Amino acid sequence: MRYLPLTDGDRRAMLARIGAASVDDLFRDVPDEALAAARFDDLPDHATEMAVERQLSALAARNRAAGAGPCFLGAGAYRHHVPAAVDHLIQRGEFLTAYTPYQPEVSQGTLQYLYEFQTQVALITGMEVANASMYDAATGVAEAAAMACRITRRKHVLLSGGLHPHYGDVTGTFLRYTDVAVERLAPDPLGVEDRMGRVTGETACVIVQNPDVFGRLADLSALARDCHAQGALLVVAVAEPVSLGLVTPPGAMGADIVVAEGHAIGSPLTFGGPGVGLFATRQKFLRHMPGRLSGETVDEDGRRGWVLTLSTREQHIRREKATSNICTNSGLIALAWTIHMTLLGEAGFTRLARLNHQAAVALVERLERVPGLTVVTPTFFNEVLVRLPGRDAAAVVETLAARGVLAGVPLARFWPTWPELADGLLICATETNTDADMDALVAALTEALQ
Amino acid sequence: MTGPTPSTVSGNLGLRLEEPLIFEQGDPAKTGVDLPEPGDRPDRLGGLARSGPIGLPGLSEPEVVRHYTRLSQKNYAIDSGFYPLGSCTMKHNPRLNERMARLPGFADLHPFQPQGTVQGALAVMGALSDWLLGLTGMRAVALSPAAGAHGELCGMQAIRAALDARGEGDRRVVLVPESAHGTNPATAALCGFKVRGVPGDARGRVDLDAFLAALDDGVAAVMITNPNTCGLFETEIIALSQAVHDAGAFVYMDGANFNAIVGRVRVADLGADAMHINIHKTFSTPHGGGGPGAGPTVLSAALAPFAPLPHVVAEGEGEGDDGGWRLVEHAEGDMRPFGRMKGFHGQFGVLVRALSYMMSMGKDGLRQASGDAVLNANYLLASLGDGLTPSFEGPCMHEALFDDRFLKGTGVSTLDFAKALIDEGFHPMTMYFPLVVHGAMLMEPTETESKASLDAFCETVLALAEKARAGETAVFTEAPRHTPRRRLDETRAARQPVLRWAPPASARAAE
Amino acid sequence: MTTLYFTEDHEWIAVDGDVGTVGITDHAQAQLGDVVFVEVPEAGRDLNRGDEAAVVESVKAASEVYAPVSGTVTEGNAALAETPAMVNTDPLGEGWFFRLTLADPSELDGLMDQAAYDAHVAGLD
Repeated sequence: MRYLPLTDGDRRAMLARIGAASVDDLFRDVPDEALAAARFDDLPDHATEMAVERQLSALAARNRAAGAGPCFLGAGAYRHHVPAAVDHLIQRGEFLTAYTPYQPEVSQGTLQYLYEFQTQVALITGMEVANASMYDAATGVAEAAAMACRITRRKHVLLSGGLHPHYGDVTGTFLRYTDVAVERLAPDPLGVEDRMGRVTGETACVIVQNPDVFGRLADLSALARDCHAQGALLVVAVAEPVSLGLVTPPGAMGADIVVAEGHAIGSPLTFGGPGVGLFATRQKFLRHMPGRLSGETVDEDGRRGWVLTLSTREQHIRREKATSNICTNSGLIALAWTIHMTLLGEAGFTRLARLNHQAAVALVERLERVPGLTVVTPTFFNEVLVRLPGRDAAAVVETLAARGVLAGVPLARFWPTWPELADGLLICATETNTDADMDALVAALTEALQ
Repeated sequence: MTGPTPSTVSGNLGLRLEEPLIFEQGDPAKTGVDLPEPGDRPDRLGGLARSGPIGLPGLSEPEVVRHYTRLSQKNYAIDSGFYPLGSCTMKHNPRLNERMARLPGFADLHPFQPQGTVQGALAVMGALSDWLLGLTGMRAVALSPAAGAHGELCGMQAIRAALDARGEGDRRVVLVPESAHGTNPATAALCGFKVRGVPGDARGRVDLDAFLAALDDGVAAVMITNPNTCGLFETEIIALSQAVHDAGAFVYMDGANFNAIVGRVRVADLGADAMHINIHKTFSTPHGGGGPGAGPTVLSAALAPFAPLPHVVAEGEGEGDDGGWRLVEHAEGDMRPFGRMKGFHGQFGVLVRALSYMMSMGKDGLRQASGDAVLNANYLLASLGDGLTPSFEGPCMHEALFDDRFLKGTGVSTLDFAKALIDEGFHPMTMYFPLVVHGAMLMEPTETESKASLDAFCETVLALAEKARAGETAVFTEAPRHTPRRRLDETRAARQPVLRWAPPASARAAE
Repeated sequence: MTTLYFTEDHEWIAVDGDVGTVGITDHAQAQLGDVVFVEVPEAGRDLNRGDEAAVVESVKAASEVYAPVSGTVTEGNAALAETPAMVNTDPLGEGWFFRLTLADPSELDGLMDQAAYDAHVAGLD
C-alpha cells in the first residue's frame, strides 16, 4: 500500500523487539466485544491512484465549473483571477506540510508570513492590529460579538438586517448557550432599518456589513459615533475584500472591530470553503482579541525573529476561561491571501478594485435597460440587488442556468419564507466577467422576463 | 537586521538565507500582476472612495517567488523530516489529494450555484458521510465544522439541544478527565456547562470509581478522549458509557486520537453519542502551518435530529452516484437543527482531499494504517524504554508517553532536550502535555514513518539521553544552534507586543 | 502598624487599619515565571472574599488573583500595565495589585501569617 512504508519483515522485527505476538496483540486493551462488533463490510478496499483519480474526476465532471460560462454569483463568495504563482508557492511542502509554528526556531517562515499578513490586514482595513486569521468571516463575526461582550461587559448584540445571513446564523449559534442575547433585525434590502432605536445600555455592539449583503455601500461614520455615545462598539463585516482597494475602509469610519472574508483573494471558490477570516481591531482591545498572533522579538544572538505571542488567551492554557475554544487559524489560506496581496501590491490591489467596480457599473448600465427588471442598490462596489417584479427569481435563475448562464443568487435561497423577497436577485460582476458574458446575461434575462 | 551577525558578510550561511520583510523591499511602483486598464465610467460609490495610499509594498513576480521560497526554507515540515508530535498525527499528506481538490469541477464551484449544477460536489459530501458513518457506526454526521475544536462545539451544542428538548436543561455539569485537551473545558464553558474534573488512576486511565462517584443527575455529559492523551486505551470505556447513559447523560468522545483505532473499532460500539473527527489528522489532509482543517462530527440516533445545517440528502431513484442529491439549507420535516456552524457548506476543499485518501486506503488500508501507527508507537516505547522513562506500562496505542525522570539531576529540562533534537534534524515531540505527568514528552510516529526513520530517531534520542547523563549540559541549554534563529525571547514579545510592521520613525518624520 | 496575611492561593494582603494592599507572593511569581501582563480591578468595584479580582499572565501561564477578603477597591496599581516585570522583581513591594477598604476585618482570621504560609509552601514540594 503506497502510503505505508513498513514491510512484513519490518513488522516481524519490530514485534520481536516489543515482545508482542502480533499487531492485533497490541490492541489487547480494547474490549473484545468492541473488536468483535466492528463490521466494515459496506466500505470498499484500497484503490490505485489511477482508479481514485478516475472516480473523482467523474464526480467533478458532474459539476458545472463556475468559469465554464458566464457567472455572476457573489453573495459572500467572489470569483477572482488568482495568479499562477500563488498556488505554486502554497504547495511547497515546507508550507503545506508544516504544523502550527509552536517551535519558532524551525518555523520562522510561517511566523514571518503571518506577521506580514497581519500588517497587510491592518493596512487595508484601516485598523491598528490584526490577528493571524480565523476560520472564516462567519465565525469571525461570532468571535467579534463575543469579544465586544468581554470588552464592554454587556450582554446584548445587535445584528443588522444587511448582514450576510450565514454570518448572522453562525453568530446566533455560537452564542446560543451563553448569557449573551443576540438580536437580529429583519432583512433590509432598502437600507432603512433603525439600528440605534434598538441599542440600549446593555448593548455590547452593533454588527453591520459594508457593502451589505444586498450590495449597498454606506458611510458608517455617524453610526460609529452613535454607538460610541451609547458605550457600544461597532463591528463591521466585509464579505468582498477586494472592495477595500477602492472604498473607505471601516477603520476610517470609526469601526472598533473589522471582520472580513479573505477567501476571494488568493483562493479558488471551492464551493465556499475553506475560507479565511480577517480580523482586526484597535490596539487598546488587543488583549481581548481571539486568535493567534505572530509577534516580533529577538533570538539569543540578538537577531530579529518572530514567535506566537499572547498565547495565554488561548484554550490550551486558559481552558474554560479562554477567549475562545478555537485553536486553529486558516494558515494555508492566509498564506495564499498574503502571497496574492504581495503580488498585487498597492498598484495592483487598487487597480483590481477599480476593475471590479467598473465591471459592475457597466453591468448595471445594461441591466437598467432590461424590461421588467429594477436595480435596487443605489451605491455599490461590485454587486447589486435587482428585483424582477411578479417573477420568482429562483425560477428565473434555473431557466438561465439551463442556458449556461449563472445569473445570480436569488434572495429566496436565504429567506425562503419571505414572499416579499421572492423577486429579489443578487448579481455580481468581477474582473473575470467579459463584455460577452454581460451580453449573454442581458440577452438571457431579457428573454426570460418577456 | 539587528544584533551580531554570523561570521559572513551578508549574514547568510550557505543555503540558510536571510530574508527581509516585504515592506522592507517593496516599491509602490512595482506589481507582480498585470491587469487591464479599468474603464472610466462615473463611479457609483456614493462618495465613499478611499483617499490616500494604503501603504502596501509592490514586488514583481520573481521577487515574490523568491521571497516566499526563502521563507519556506526556514520551516520544518513532514515532507522534510520526522515530526513525532504527539496528539497531532503528522502523517504524510498524499499529493493525489491535492490534485483532486484542484479539479476545476471542485475548485471552481460557487457555493450558491443552482443545485442541479453541483450534483458531483453533493455526491462527494454524501460519499464522505457514508465513509465516516461506516467507520464509526454512528447515525448522522455534521460535515460543516471547520476543525477539531469547532467539531467539539458542534457535538456539545447538539447535546445541549437534546437535553433542552427533553426538558432537562438544568443538567449543567460536564465531567472532564484531568488528562483532557484544553479545548474540552473551553468548549463546555461556551455551551453554558460547568466543568467538573475527574482524576486519573495509576494506570493512566480515568479512575472509574471517582468517575462513578462524580456522576449524578446534574451531569449533562462526559467529554472523554479515547485512546486518551496518555496514548492508552480506556479499558473501562464500555462500562463508563453505560453508566453515563443510565444516568441520563451523554458521552462526548474527543476524536483527536481516532488514528489509533480507525478501521478496527467503531466508536458507536464504545457508547459514544458524539465525536469530532480531525480530518487533517486521521485522513491525511495537510496541516498547512495551522489550518485549514475540518472537524466533521458524528452523532448518535439520540443527537441526530439536532445536527446543524446544512444537510446533504440523497433523493430519488438509485441513491448515490446514479440518483440525485439535495443540499438542505433550511430546517424541514422533523429536523431540529441547533443552528449553523459555518458560512456556506463547510470546508469542502478539505473534504475532497479526505475522500481521496479514504478511497485510496480502503477499509483494508485504514485497518493496516492504524495497526502500523500503533506498532510504530510501541516500537518507540520499547526502543526508548531503557534510556528514557516511560510514564505507563505498555502496550500503548498510537503514541508513547515519557516523562522527565530520566533527566533528574542533569540540569536539562524537557524543553532543552527538545531543542537539542532540533539541532539533530528532528522536530521535537509534544512537550509538557498531558499535564498528568511531570515534564511530559508525547511521541506520535504515525504509520507513514519507516522503520529506518524510527531507528535513526531512537539512536539519536538515546545518544542525547546519554549526553545529558554525562553532564554535557551545554548541548541542550544552548540548543538549537544550527537553525535560522536560536531560542527567541518570548517574554519580550509578550511584554511589548509588536504585531505589525510600521515604517521606521525616521521615515515617518520625513513624510 | 501593618500586618501581613497570606492565602493558600498565594496572595498576600498587608493590612493597616481598614485598608488592605493585595499582591501575589514571591513563591507565586517564581512559579509563573516572567510576568508579561497584569489586569487590575478599577476603583469602586465591590469584591466579595474569593472573587476574581485581577489577572496575571506570564508567557506560559495565566491565573486569577482572588480577593483575600471582602471590600471596596480604592486603587489598582496602574504602573503594572507599563511594567509588569515589577511583579517578578518586587512582588511584596512595587508589584502590588490593588488596595481595598475592608468590609469585614474578622475575615482576616481565616488567613495565614508568614510562618504558617512558609510551612504551607514547604509542604507543596
